[in-house]
Amino acid sequence: MRRLILEALTNPPLTEALPQDETLARLATELDQATKARLGRSLSIRQVDAGSCNGCELEIHALSNPYYDLERFGLRFVASPRHADVLLVTGPVTRNMKEALERTYNATPAPKWVVAAGDCARDGGCFAGSYAVAGGVGAVIPVDLHIPGCPPSPVAMLRGLLALMQSFDAAKAGE
Amino acid sequence: MTEKTALDRLMAAGRTDAAQKGFPRVAVEVDGWREMIGALAAGELDLLSLWGEPGTVHAAVLDGGRVAVLSLDCPDGKFPSVGARHAPAIRFERALADLYGLVAKDAKDTRPWLDHGRWEMRHPLANAPATGEASAPYPFLAVDGEHLHQIPVGPVHAGIIEPGHFRFTANGETVARLEVRLGYAHKGIAGLMRGQDLAGAAHLAGHVSGDSTVAYAIAFARAAEAALGIEAPARAHWLRALMAEIERLANHFGDIGAICNDASFSIMHAHCAVLRESLLRFADTHFGHRLMMGAVVPGGVGVDLAADGGRQLLGLAAQIKGRFAQLTELYDNAASLLDRTVGTGLLKPELARRFAAGGFVGRASGRDFDARRDLPYPPYDRLGFAVPTLSEGDVNARVWIRIREAEASLNLIEEIVAQLPDGNPLTALPTPGSVAEGLAVVEGFRGEVLVWLRLGADGRVAECHLRDPSALQWPLLEAAIEGNIVADFPLCNKSFNCSYSGHDL
Repeated sequence: MRRLILEALTNPPLTEALPQDETLARLATELDQATKARLGRSLSIRQVDAGSCNGCELEIHALSNPYYDLERFGLRFVASPRHADVLLVTGPVTRNMKEALERTYNATPAPKWVVAAGDCARDGGCFAGSYAVAGGVGAVIPVDLHIPGCPPSPVAMLRGLLALMQSFDAAKAGE
Repeated sequence: MTEKTALDRLMAAGRTDAAQKGFPRVAVEVDGWREMIGALAAGELDLLSLWGEPGTVHAAVLDGGRVAVLSLDCPDGKFPSVGARHAPAIRFERALADLYGLVAKDAKDTRPWLDHGRWEMRHPLANAPATGEASAPYPFLAVDGEHLHQIPVGPVHAGIIEPGHFRFTANGETVARLEVRLGYAHKGIAGLMRGQDLAGAAHLAGHVSGDSTVAYAIAFARAAEAALGIEAPARAHWLRALMAEIERLANHFGDIGAICNDASFSIMHAHCAVLRESLLRFADTHFGHRLMMGAVVPGGVGVDLAADGGRQLLGLAAQIKGRFAQLTELYDNAASLLDRTVGTGLLKPELARRFAAGGFVGRASGRDFDARRDLPYPPYDRLGFAVPTLSEGDVNARVWIRIREAEASLNLIEEIVAQLPDGNPLTALPTPGSVAEGLAVVEGFRGEVLVWLRLGADGRVAECHLRDPSALQWPLLEAAIEGNIVADFPLCNKSFNCSYSGHDL
């Protein structure tokens, strides 16, 4: 353990230095500014799997790995909808999960936003039309933003959250 | 002459279906079905799966290195319950009743399983689905005793995980009983499969459980190829294995890190996540998708590996080996971490054997089975690799099985890259011309994935059954948690890492 910790102290961080990756750099800067403008330095995200194949969950987990390190932008995952500003919902909404999703939405205090992540979350994807599927997330609760992808890559998720932030700014300017 | 096994006797008495390729399917009468139940209860056979179609039930059984499907016609919709004598069948039978209206006679547990009363119909896969009924409260098993209290958890959890409900009955900190209720992720995949062409069906199969998309794609492709009587090109077999080992490694690294994280040892989590990410990035660059979804197709693989890719993968594997050795040493020397994992969540070998638990769950409890070795398919029949087993059956053992398997996979990757044959990795698919069936069993990272497929004469899917290894592992989690403290549940659950979506389908 001592060697690993010493290495960690002497080696540069893995978290991708922003100027090295143009897309991420631009995203990160804008995301940072947009988040601050709207919510200070904090945006709390509650993730809800409404019936996904778990592919989206794997990539949402990756957002927290040292390469993407979502928390450096003040974005963090919280354990309860009551602590959340954003619901990040994946999957087609199965009929068996419909009520749970509605109750989670109702338990989230306003102001709140819903981000639907993944192709299934748009319209049910390859599971649309099944007796067991209610449809996309929008069929059950109001969706503010959809992030496409099957599953969306971590960078696509970051890009999506950025777009959400920009919509906050636009709304503010229009007030 | 060697003595005839239970499977030999059953197959001799039944009528083998000529349409099925790969592994045999045998039609049995009620007597044969009962004899199978006896052999399962006596431990002479393992139950791999139990499923149905309108008017027929099928059971896939394992006898050492052989798999066979036994089919019983039940025009009256009733069949002798397997679950009444062989517990692993209970949830399969409850799902059969929900989906097809096929009733297991003398079954002890007749509660619904996948049907939560929300589908607007009953028996959706039967020839004539019935109208839906309003949902009734689900009767959890009763637990009696003083000072007991219940803790309901889910289906929406505190972490980023799939939906499921856990009903704990605890005595203070100690779990007296855990009952799991699943079905929240049920998407009706067996119903969606009907009428699909092979491309559409392969896409669905690749989205049963996203973490095992390669294993499902290979199993589906092999079942389809068996039904069509074709063999994928040699290069495809080796590329599939390469992807399967990358998937195994990525998941094992994710799991090892996440288990340690659930014991608040986050340094392992961070380092393992880096190893995982490096593999996902390789897959994205060379196979066109981070999870390799859609890369394996019936007839071969859709994405070839460029000449340079093999060399890069060898470099990555060597780099990972060095870093993973350090992490293994860290795990093995962190007393505070081992204090949480050693002796926690014990799964008795006897239960693992009875439930034919696959993957690290079975192998950490002494069940020495790996489809790559025991039901060999190319290219594993030409590769040397160790299948680690332990008998302790605790969280620590399940971590060590993953560590040893990751090491074996890194060696396998080197072997596969060295022997990768040249040629076109994709062959054209014929139209079957008559009804054709195929069965395939493929080792995924959490155990063996089973796919049974019937194609119509036009090559479209008539029926398809997919069985996730989790189906036989979920009930064992309930046994493993007993007597542990509630706070250790995340640790136990992560060490099993069962798929919700794969179970619920």
